[in-house]
Amino acid sequence: MDDFLLRALAAGMGVALVAGPLGVFVVWRRMAYFGDTLAHSALLGVALGFLLGINLNLSVIALGMLLALLLVGMSRNRQLSRDTQLGILAHSALSLGLVVMAFQTSVRVDLMGYLFGDILAVTANDLLWVWGGGLSVLPVLFMIWRPLLSLTVHEELAQVEGVPVGMMRLIFMLLIALVIAVSMKIVGVLLITSMMIIPAAAARRFSKTPEQMALMAAAVGSLSVVLGLTGSWQWDTPAGPSVVVAAAMLFGLTQLVRQPA
Amino acid sequence: MNTTAKPLIEANGISVVLQGRQILKQVSLSVGQGEIVTLIGPNGAGKTTLVRVILGLFKATDGSIKKQPNLRIGYMPQRLALSENMPLTVKRFLALGYKYKESEMLEIVHELDIELLLDSPMQRLSGGEHQRVLLARALLRQPDLLVLDEPIQGVDITGQAVLYALITQIRDRFGCGVLMISHDLHLVMSTTDQVLCLNHHVCCSGHPESVSQHPAYLELFGAAASAKLAVYTHHHDHTHDIHGDIKSPHKEHHHG
Repeated sequence: MDDFLLRALAAGMGVALVAGPLGVFVVWRRMAYFGDTLAHSALLGVALGFLLGINLNLSVIALGMLLALLLVGMSRNRQLSRDTQLGILAHSALSLGLVVMAFQTSVRVDLMGYLFGDILAVTANDLLWVWGGGLSVLPVLFMIWRPLLSLTVHEELAQVEGVPVGMMRLIFMLLIALVIAVSMKIVGVLLITSMMIIPAAAARRFSKTPEQMALMAAAVGSLSVVLGLTGSWQWDTPAGPSVVVAAAMLFGLTQLVRQPA
Repeated sequence: MNTTAKPLIEANGISVVLQGRQILKQVSLSVGQGEIVTLIGPNGAGKTTLVRVILGLFKATDGSIKKQPNLRIGYMPQRLALSENMPLTVKRFLALGYKYKESEMLEIVHELDIELLLDSPMQRLSGGEHQRVLLARALLRQPDLLVLDEPIQGVDITGQAVLYALITQIRDRFGCGVLMISHDLHLVMSTTDQVLCLNHHVCCSGHPESVSQHPAYLELFGAAASAKLAVYTHHHDHTHDIHGDIKSPHKEHHHG
């Protein structure tokens, strides 16, 4: 097997292993659109990174975190519904990113690569970001698992019971921002939320506990990466989308299996 | 009722103004050990806001809350809006709250008659079962004060009686104070020691019987209560009106 394929596999697995366990919370907390918004904004992060001449991963992480904070602030405004707020942010950030990129005359930006990912062009450095980022996300998630689960079930009940709800919510959003930043190169800003949501949804039927669902989601995600990359190699299809198609097919299969919850 | 000891919790002159609207105005209440206090009032009267202020979930514009030091509060919220996508059994849900001994859990679960539900998914519970599970989680904290937000919501009539009986039983056994919200005075009449009738301010308060006779209560609930209870009250109203020749214009027009 070629080196680049191995790197692609390793990078994809890295993303899947982190996106799965985070994704179950995205699904439980009905935050799919929130994830999309952060992902769309990543493109603006890339554009600003080019503009300011800083590391793209860092600029995407910084912008994602900034946006997460902005969203926490906006959620206090009850006059606009949540989905409208997210819609405004998602699309203006994406468009602003494209506009800012148009001004970059000195560098040629591989736009398609950022939108849909370029997993086959993963470098050793990218790999370091994926696994390094992942390695830092998972222990944090593990530490906040119980309080996060409690506030996902009922925020106010958790708060009365002493969970620092605001802090937990913030940490969770920052984790999502981090995962999006490191996996942007792999599956692209338009597809990254699918790696959180589809494996989690596929895992639902076979899980009896929240933890089982998280592990299962990581497994389904990894399997999708293997299947997607194999398919992409076989039929010369775009790699990122192939991985998502594989995940969607796995989800479809799980829906065929009748399994009482 | 407990009049000698210091109250578990005391709210003084609580006011809440939200976007120019006065939600609560100078509301005071206290709950003593072993006392059951019920908040009643129409929808949007500020009952839940008051409870949230007392729980420390919401900051009042004005007023103060005095709690006994280290007061342990068991909170039973309104129904959970749990995602269907979350695999969560009753047992696991209970464990999310407070660290407890298995034996304590089994005892409470037995008392609330939910022991057979421990392995059921939370989403499959009936209204009454759901509320008893929530109550169990609140009790597992071994609370000094139980705060119940509409405990009978989504529970059928027989289940409602069971739940209220349970609440009294719990108070007797654990000696905790209880603060609860209810829609209907008649249902909580026998359960509660004290009733606060709330409509942004405290309209009246006291023993349930005295509140049920209070003009402020009748003004607030009179029409709604009689419409809900039976037609009998309506008949009485009509004859009264005609005899007392206050009003009843429709009938007179027909006759004339």
